[in-house]
Amino acid sequence: MKKKFVSTITLMSLLSVAVLSGCGKSNAGAKAGSAGELYVYNWGEYIDESVIEEFEKETGIKVVYDMFETNEEMYPVVEAGGVVYDVVCPSDYMIEKMIKNDMLAEIDFNNVPNVKNIDPKYMEMSKAFDPENKYSVPYTWGTVGILYNTSMVKDDITSWGDLWNPKYQGNILMQDSVRDAFMVGEKLLGYSMNTTDKSELEKVKDKLIEQKPLVQAYVVDQVRDKMIGGEAAIGVIYSGEMLYVQNEVAKAGGDFELKYVIPKEGTNVWIDSWVIPKNAKNKENAEKWIDFLNRPEIAKKNFEYITYPTPNKAAYDLLDKDLQENTALFPTDDMLKNSEVYKYIGDDGDNLYNELWKEVKGN
Amino acid sequence: MNKNFRKVLTFPYILWMIGFTIIPLSLIFIYGLTDKSGSFTLSNVLAIFAKDHFKALLLSIALSVISTVICLVMAFPLALTLKGKKLNKGSLIVFIFILPMWMNFLLRTLAWLSLLEKNGIINTILNFLHLPSLNIINTPAAIVLGMVYNYLPFMVLPIYNVLEKIDDNTINAARDLGANTMQTITKVIIPLSIPGIVSGITMVFVPALTTFVISNILGGSKVLLIGNVIEQEFTKGSNWNLGSGLSLVMMIFILISMAFIAKYDKDGEGMSV
Amino acid sequence: MIFSKIRRVLGDIYLVFVLIFLYAPIATLVILSFNTSKSRNRWGGFTFDWYGELFKSATIMSAFRNTLVIAFLSALIATLIGTVAAIGINNMRKIPKTVVMAVNNIPMLNADIVTGISLMLGFIAFGISLGFKTILISHITFNIPYVLLSVMPKLKQTERVTYEAALDLGATPLTAFFRVVFPDIFPGVISGFLLAFTMSLDDFIITHFTKGAGINTISTLVYSEVRRGIKPSLYALSTIIFGTVLILLIVSNIAQNKINKRR
Repeated sequence: MKKKFVSTITLMSLLSVAVLSGCGKSNAGAKAGSAGELYVYNWGEYIDESVIEEFEKETGIKVVYDMFETNEEMYPVVEAGGVVYDVVCPSDYMIEKMIKNDMLAEIDFNNVPNVKNIDPKYMEMSKAFDPENKYSVPYTWGTVGILYNTSMVKDDITSWGDLWNPKYQGNILMQDSVRDAFMVGEKLLGYSMNTTDKSELEKVKDKLIEQKPLVQAYVVDQVRDKMIGGEAAIGVIYSGEMLYVQNEVAKAGGDFELKYVIPKEGTNVWIDSWVIPKNAKNKENAEKWIDFLNRPEIAKKNFEYITYPTPNKAAYDLLDKDLQENTALFPTDDMLKNSEVYKYIGDDGDNLYNELWKEVKGN
Repeated sequence: MNKNFRKVLTFPYILWMIGFTIIPLSLIFIYGLTDKSGSFTLSNVLAIFAKDHFKALLLSIALSVISTVICLVMAFPLALTLKGKKLNKGSLIVFIFILPMWMNFLLRTLAWLSLLEKNGIINTILNFLHLPSLNIINTPAAIVLGMVYNYLPFMVLPIYNVLEKIDDNTINAARDLGANTMQTITKVIIPLSIPGIVSGITMVFVPALTTFVISNILGGSKVLLIGNVIEQEFTKGSNWNLGSGLSLVMMIFILISMAFIAKYDKDGEGMSV
Repeated sequence: MIFSKIRRVLGDIYLVFVLIFLYAPIATLVILSFNTSKSRNRWGGFTFDWYGELFKSATIMSAFRNTLVIAFLSALIATLIGTVAAIGINNMRKIPKTVVMAVNNIPMLNADIVTGISLMLGFIAFGISLGFKTILISHITFNIPYVLLSVMPKLKQTERVTYEAALDLGATPLTAFFRVVFPDIFPGVISGFLLAFTMSLDDFIITHFTKGAGINTISTLVYSEVRRGIKPSLYALSTIIFGTVLILLIVSNIAQNKINKRR
């Protein structure tokens, strides 16, 4: 078997070696810049890549950029220190957990003068998880809501309960991250999204299991592609994805529209902020990075690419009027009256959620 | 070369194996048999009997057995037909059948996603022909399909290789002695190809049992296999002790099933790749 | 006679059926790589744009380069360590030999997920930060056993007598080894290298657990893209990989036929 197996591979590898040596020459560059390095750990598709290039060009710092998909996936990586990151962009409750576990370094705001561009409203909101505004600088914020396809869904969608409508069997997309999935059930049943009450959570779990046969898939970022492709009728999505998917549908010339709704039961309001882990090796570069991202024109450019609402007031002021007035993107306070921010629920709470989520998935 | 020099030759290898195989494996044992505070416990291993984990294990076993059987049923006639063509060594046709193996494993699985999706290519074609659509994406059936597709070449190759070694005279002798085709296959060819079959089974069963990639991509995260449980304990749940404990169980399970299968492969030929 | 003909036709039909099963997904990837529309179910017209984007994308190109560099280096180092070790092991007494061969089988028998996790735990326990080198070490680790298993049988076939004869004729042990033993085991060494190379190219699971920041191989890149939303340039990449393998296959086949004819 080996002989046969191998005779063709011989040529294959010869070729790849040739390719290799070619590549080696052309790409010997990418050496560390004179100003050192910066290890950035951010969400997938969460930055305009040209912003990284501009930063590298201006500062001479070489950026090593890596991505995660959920907070839960990010945490053990930073905790284990298998890779040491200098600047990370987790969400609210995860920042609270990292502060409690003494994993974050205080940011020296003298090195981040552009923090003045952030709307004080969001610094105030941040106090829910970073009480003294010492560890984090808001990067994006938003809501979680329902996105639906107007040609497949004829009713008015107003409630999380619409995700339990058997009419949409096999056309429902749920979030594949513990807190977001449970939040939907908790709000529907009228509980707090930060509850750790076992009997309440058991009820939410049962509710989610009841929904499972209707669900097409549990996904994170795939919601976008599936909704754009008309694969599903209704899904749970972050407000920041909405502009992108609506544009893509318009571009593809589909015969439907996608609408975003904040359910009447209230939802999760989240903030993703930059933080600096305690073990960071390039703290000053990390501060330069945060400062750079908060320049009004950079923040605006970044917003236009990622389309997640920016907490940067100076950048907001530069936006077109119809964007500023888009309430799905920048909702009014009234629309958010039943909403909450995730809190860190402790290790026991985390374990309980994880166990129950496994039960939902395994059912 | 004197004796001492020969000993020296094995040093880099032995050091490497100790450093990167034995020590890491013992770490799994250490993590699996302790709790977060570091004291000894069996709970991580016994956790396999928890309802969700046991269910995931049973489902994994069921799906991987089904896939292995389908692979075997598909591969044996294929290998037999190829042998019947009396191809010379290194023939193009044989390579055509193993060529897909050189496509990246994830790209192959990705292709099935595009084919099977609700508005995917198969359904677009079925719709065009006014046929009922096929809704197996995000179900165990899609996962089995993905397993069969990805691992079929691993079954075909070893079987074809043993079949090719069978002397035609042996088969002719059976015929001359009055055996019909069916008898020749069951009484002569199959017994002679056992080593290949055993090797094929292990090469399909083990990766199928422990996969988390296929179930993630083609199962829409709705189907939880034991591989998914372990992967999530490490990458999402951050309970490494539990993840290690479950890995230990799987390791032992695989060893036992291998020992069981190896009984049928007395010469041990099947183990060689 | 008629029966055997029917059987042959049935056999051919079956071959075609399996071929369709094997190639339908690949054909899909190829077709999608030329589709203007990003959507998988709509044909928006023919384009080469995704190929242009592929070569422009720094992420994909660096993943591609990493895959090849890691496959080549890991196969090379594993071949060196494995071949040298095989010679030593071949001369061992029975008991240590059995022990070594049993340990050698561990990475092959173990599920990839267990190997990957154990290596990750090992790297973290010893404070080795995850990155290019940890992927390389891991690939070498799972490649060595394959090299050893390819070289050992060849060594067994080599006659000790010829080696000793060379020594008697005045060759130094080193010369004797390179002039007498090495040519004999060379095919085993090469096949070990190539086997290791392919195993490394196709690996996802072990890389997934041992990779660090900012580094991807094709496999890990595709995995994250699948979950994030697939860019059509990945279809273009698949097409190129497939095309390359196919062309090499045909070329090597023609070359082989020519050699056979000359003989």
